[in-house]
Amino acid sequence: MLAHLPVLQVLLPLMAAPLCLFLRRPYLVWIFTLIVSGLAFLISISLLQQVMVSGTLVYEMGGWSGPWGIEYRIDKLSAFLLLIITAMSTVILLAAQTSIQKEIPENRQIYFYILYLFSFTGMLGIVSTGDVFNVFVFLEISSLSAYALIALGKDRRALWAAYQYLIMGTIGATFILIGIGLMYQMTGTLNMDDLARRLPEVAQTRTVFAAFAFFIVGVCLKLALFPLHLWLPNAYAYAPSIVTAFLAATATKVAVYLLIRFTFSVFDLSFSFTALPLQTLFVILGLIGIFVASTAAIYQKNVKHLFAYSSIAQVGYMIVGYSIGTTMGLMATLLHLFNHALMKSALFLALGAVMYRIGSVQLSSFHGLGRQMPFTMAAIVAGGLSLIGVPLTVGFVSKWYLVLAAIENGWWPVAVLILLGSLLAIIYVWRIVEVAYFKEPVAGTDGVREAPMALLMPVWLLVGANIYFGVDTRFSVDMAQAAARSLFGVSP
Amino acid sequence: MTFLICVAVAIVRVKDLFAVAMLSGIYGLLSASLFITMDAVDVAFTEASVGAGISTLLMLTTVAMTGRTEHYVRHKPLLALLVVFVTGALLIYATLDMPYFGDVLAPANLHVAPRYIQDSMREIGVDNIVTSVLASYRAFDTFGEVVVIFTAGIGVLALLSFTRRPEDDAEISSDNISMHEQNMIVRIVSKILIPFILLFALYVQFHGDFGPGGGFQAGVIFAAAIILYAMLFGMGVARRAINQTFVQLFAAVGVLLYGMVGVASMLNGGNFLDYNVLSEDPVAGQHLGILIIELGVGIAVAMVVIIIFFNFADRIDISKHKADKKI
Repeated sequence: MLAHLPVLQVLLPLMAAPLCLFLRRPYLVWIFTLIVSGLAFLISISLLQQVMVSGTLVYEMGGWSGPWGIEYRIDKLSAFLLLIITAMSTVILLAAQTSIQKEIPENRQIYFYILYLFSFTGMLGIVSTGDVFNVFVFLEISSLSAYALIALGKDRRALWAAYQYLIMGTIGATFILIGIGLMYQMTGTLNMDDLARRLPEVAQTRTVFAAFAFFIVGVCLKLALFPLHLWLPNAYAYAPSIVTAFLAATATKVAVYLLIRFTFSVFDLSFSFTALPLQTLFVILGLIGIFVASTAAIYQKNVKHLFAYSSIAQVGYMIVGYSIGTTMGLMATLLHLFNHALMKSALFLALGAVMYRIGSVQLSSFHGLGRQMPFTMAAIVAGGLSLIGVPLTVGFVSKWYLVLAAIENGWWPVAVLILLGSLLAIIYVWRIVEVAYFKEPVAGTDGVREAPMALLMPVWLLVGANIYFGVDTRFSVDMAQAAARSLFGVSP
Repeated sequence: MTFLICVAVAIVRVKDLFAVAMLSGIYGLLSASLFITMDAVDVAFTEASVGAGISTLLMLTTVAMTGRTEHYVRHKPLLALLVVFVTGALLIYATLDMPYFGDVLAPANLHVAPRYIQDSMREIGVDNIVTSVLASYRAFDTFGEVVVIFTAGIGVLALLSFTRRPEDDAEISSDNISMHEQNMIVRIVSKILIPFILLFALYVQFHGDFGPGGGFQAGVIFAAAIILYAMLFGMGVARRAINQTFVQLFAAVGVLLYGMVGVASMLNGGNFLDYNVLSEDPVAGQHLGILIIELGVGIAVAMVVIIIFFNFADRIDISKHKADKKI
C-alpha cells in the first residue's frame, strides 16, 4: 500500500470528483470532499516522511519504466509542495459549505465541489509527475476547472474576469506546450530525468533556446509575474471567496514550482541562467512587480483587489529570491511559498467571513467593523502584520531569509529595496485598519454580527499557523533548506 | 498549406460570424488532410471529427445565441500584433536548427520511438502502435485528457445549467414541433442515416486496435448522431428520449470505468494502469485493459459533448422564448 502512495495522492481526489455526481446533496458532497482532502493531506505527510528518510520516490505508471512510460517522481521539493497544497485545501474546505451557501445557488453547489476537486487534483498532478507532457495535461485540468470556478462568482463581472483569465491562461499553456514540443523534437523524450541527461548535448541549438524561451514566458503568465499579471486582480476579486482563498494559497505556488523544476531539474542551472539574461531580468521584473503592485494595492477600493495586488507583489519577492541563484536565495523563495500560502489563505478566508455577513468587501463597507466583527477583523490585522513582516509572524521569517540571501550574495541595493517594499505593505494594511477601527459604523448596519464559528475556526486555525510558524521555524526552515539543497545537488 | 493560410486570413477578415464558423470547419478539415499527408492518420481522424465536426457545430449554436455579425472594434490591437510577430519570429528561429522533416536520424526517431515500434507487438499485441502508446505506455496521460474533457462538461453545467420550469418546457417543445415539420426530406434522410452513424461510431470504438480510431473519435461521432437527431426533431423530443441526469451520471461512469481499470490492476498487485496483471497472460491482459479504457473514454466523451450541446441549446430556447414574450 505504501508503495502506491504517490499515485494515490493524485488518484484519490481525481476519482472522488466524478463520484460526487452520485451523491446529489450538496451537504453530503461537502463532507465527502472534506474527507477526501483530509486523506490526501495524510498521504502527503506520509510521503514527506518517506522522502526525508529514503530519498526520491519513483512510481511507474502502468509498470512501464523510464522514458517509455510515465513516471511519478517525488523528491523533497514536490513533497513539500504537496504538503502545502493539501493542508491549505483541507483547512479552506472546512469553511466551504457555510461560505458557499451565501455565494453560489444551491443547484450549482455540487458542480462547485467537483470543479474544486479537479483543480486540486490538477495541482497535485503537476507537482508529483516526472514527465513534461503529463505536466501539461494536469495543468489543463487545474486551469480549466479554475476558470469555471472563478466564473461561478456572484458578481456578473466574474464571467468577464474568468474569460480574461481563460485567454491569458490558454496562451500561457500553449506556450508551455510549444516549449515541450520543441524539447521533444530535439531529444526524443518527455521524461524529466531523461531530458536533463539529453538536453546538454543539444543545448547550443536555437531550437532548444526557443523551447526554453517559450516555456519561461508561459510559466510567467501562469505565475502572474509583472508585467504578465493583468489577469490576476479581477480573477481573484470576483471569484467566490473560497475559490479566491484556495487559488491564492496554491495556484501561483504551483507555477513557481514549475519554474524551479524546469530551470533546476530539466535544464541545468548554468544553462538556465546563461541562455537568457534570466537572472537580471527576473530581479528587475520582481522588484518592479513588488513596487508597482504594492503601490496599486494602496489605491484599491475593493479589499479583495487590494490583497490580489499584494499577491502579485509577493510573487515578486519569490522571484527575487529565486534569481539570487544561491541555495540561500532558493530557500528563501521556498520558505516564502509556504508562508505566503498561510497568510493569503487566512486573509482571503477572513474576507469570506466579511462577505458572509455584509455581502460586500468594498473598503467603504468596512466602517466600524472592528467593533461589529472583532474576531474576523483581528484575523485580518494579524494576517496583515504577517504580510508586512512584523517579527513573530511568518512574514518576518521569509523576509529575514530573503534579505540575508541578498546580502550574502553582496546585493545590498536589492536588500534595501525589499525592506522598502515592506513599507508599502504597511500603508495598504493600515488603510483597512483605519477604516475598520477608527470610523463609525455606517448607519443601518447595526445588525451586523460576528461571523459564524464554521468560518471563524478555519480562519483562526490559519492565523494560529501564521504565528506558530513565525515563532517555531524549525519545520518550515528545515524543509525549505533540505529541498533547496537537494536541488543544488548538495548532500544535506 | 497555402489553403490553410488563405482560410486563416479569411477568418480574421470576414465579419459575418456564421461564415467564420463555417470557415473554421474548413480549416479543421484542411489541417486533417495535412496530418494525413504527414502520415499521422490517428491525429487526422481526431481533427476531422473534433475540429471540423463538433467544434463547428458548437460555434454555430453560439452564433445562434449571440447574433450574426461582429461588432465593429475601434481600437487597433497593435500590442497584440507585436506579440504575434515576436512569437512567429521565435518559432521560425527555432526551425533553423531543427532536424529535417522525415529525417531518420532525428532524435525523436532514435530514442523512445524504436522501442514502441519494435517491442509493442510483443508486449501489448495491438496492431495500431498509436493505440498502444496512448492506451498503455502513456495511459495516464490519456486518463488525464478524459478528465480534462469531463471537467469541461462540468464547467459548462456549472455555468449554464438552471432549473427549468415545466410550463416553459411544454411551450418550447410545441414551438419546435411546428418549426421542424417543414424539413421533411432532411428528416427522412437523416432518420435513415442515424443508425448507420451510430453503427460507425461503434466500429470506430472497437476497431481502434487495428486501424486508426478509438474512444475519442467514436465518442464524438456517437454524440454527433444524437445532436443531429436533436436538431431535426426538436430539443423537446430529444430531451424526452435522453434524460439529462442519466447523461451526467454516465459521463461520470465513463471516467470512473477508466480509473477502475487502474485500481483493479493495483489490487492485482501491479502498478496503477498496469494491464499485465489483469489476466494470466500479459498480452491478453493488455487487450482487456485497452478495450475497457477505450470504452470508458468513448462513453465519457460522447456524454460530455451531449451535455455541452444540450446546455447551449437550452440557452437558445430560453433566450428566444424571452424575446417572443416581449413582443
